[in-house]
Amino acid sequence: MVSFITNLINGLSLGSIYAIIAIGYTMVYGIAKMLNFAHGDIIMVGGYLAFTIITTLGLPVGLGILVAVVGCLGLGVAIEKIAYKPLRNAGSPLAVLITAIGVSYFLENMALLIFGSDPRIFTSVVPFSTVKIGPFTIPGTTIISIVVSLLLVFFLQMFVNKTKPGQAMLAVAQDRDAASLMGISVNGTISLTFAIGSAMAGIAGVLLCSAYPTLSPYTGAMPGIKAFVAAVFGGIGSIPGAMIGGLLLGVIEILGRTYISSQLSDAIVFSVLIIVLLVKPTGLMGKVTQEKV
Amino acid sequence: MAMLEVKDLKVNYGVIPALKGISFEVNKGEVVALIGANGAGKTTTLHTVTGLVEKKGGTVTFEGTDITKMPAHKIVEMGIAHVPEGRRVFPELTVYQNLMLGAYTRKDAQEKAQSLASVYEHFPRLKERARQMAGTLSGGEQQMLAFGRALMSKPKLVLMDEPSMGLSPIFVGEIFKIIEEVSAEGTTVLLVEQNAKKALTIADRAYVLETGSITTSGKAHDLLNDDSIRKAYLGE
Repeated sequence: MVSFITNLINGLSLGSIYAIIAIGYTMVYGIAKMLNFAHGDIIMVGGYLAFTIITTLGLPVGLGILVAVVGCLGLGVAIEKIAYKPLRNAGSPLAVLITAIGVSYFLENMALLIFGSDPRIFTSVVPFSTVKIGPFTIPGTTIISIVVSLLLVFFLQMFVNKTKPGQAMLAVAQDRDAASLMGISVNGTISLTFAIGSAMAGIAGVLLCSAYPTLSPYTGAMPGIKAFVAAVFGGIGSIPGAMIGGLLLGVIEILGRTYISSQLSDAIVFSVLIIVLLVKPTGLMGKVTQEKV
Repeated sequence: MAMLEVKDLKVNYGVIPALKGISFEVNKGEVVALIGANGAGKTTTLHTVTGLVEKKGGTVTFEGTDITKMPAHKIVEMGIAHVPEGRRVFPELTVYQNLMLGAYTRKDAQEKAQSLASVYEHFPRLKERARQMAGTLSGGEQQMLAFGRALMSKPKLVLMDEPSMGLSPIFVGEIFKIIEEVSAEGTTVLLVEQNAKKALTIADRAYVLETGSITTSGKAHDLLNDDSIRKAYLGE
């Protein structure tokens, strides 16, 4: 029983990192109507930025986290401006999808060029290694990941539902032309979305590398894809859906790895996606929109 | 000087000309109707004025300012609101949230509350349904919401695109009554309608658009009694 609960907590921890990444995916999809397949690689960039500041330069941890978050934010906005915006009115949505895959390879190869292919050992940014609660010994990163993801979702929900830029995001997500008739800058709103999503990817990068300390140019690829699965699982476009999808995916992965097969854990994760899509194509929290004429 | 001056406006969709150089003006306080058959370019004209469609040539001037190249989201701040064809309310936001987005460019909370009160006065039904998702409203209620949302920006000029489309006669009557009320309060109206008879009844002046060109213009009352107009657009 104790080991099951420990596994469950580990699953929630991994799941909360997936959730933070998935929220970035889902927001960009909901508002810019595109799948940013480079989103996972922004996590990796966040990891390297923090690594360079903290380990290579020996500067304070707080500065490392700040540089990772701000750096990823800037990177996300720049990618949108340079690579995606010129294609926004292209005839086919595939053009921007393929570009996103290109950006993903570009970031991986840039990291390869700068940092080499040897994995680096990331030092956890969490100051305490374990916490004992009753019979459970819980890693510090686990607690921090769960707390940070809950806080992020809470503030994001507040931001979207209670502030003017948040309402503008919802308006742009639902009808771009009508939003601009309200005086909302569609370009500005999409930039803001990329900024928030990418800053969250930076936080996810630091958390992920703290929990799983091997950092390589491909660190972000698999979590990125799994977070995409989590976003679809929860209902793409929905922030609470991404949160729930991420948490469930993390729990399924860890429990599957422990009780079924460690080799098959990824296969289990993707099987879950296929089953969900067969049973409920819009995902757990996805809405079927009906239009009145 | 006219409030809105459109000169030699040209728009192409691909290689097909949609507007072949039209000129018209709207004076302060007027209700001006733009009538014509399907595909004549009425909606394109409104989209071009509010910056949703790229212009190939010509100029648009509003209160002496050249707004030809101004992006759509800046034009609202000039005092032009657009009630688009097909309502285009935000279906997954509440009626109240839709209305507040209409006041997106305004800062003063007290003034916004005043506008909201005045919109609720014109459309009591919107007040009843304030917490309801806009997507669950009937077509007529959505038209009222789109109209109310436009009024929330406290516009000097309202562009209305086919407000009668798909509505029952009762709603059509109600919407036109409110257009007259809003006009009486001093707001200028540019109205695009397929229901030419209704439009000419409330308008001061009108322009007739045919395949991208303005063919006739004049006092609405005169057009209403013009034989060729009656034959072509009033079904008589």
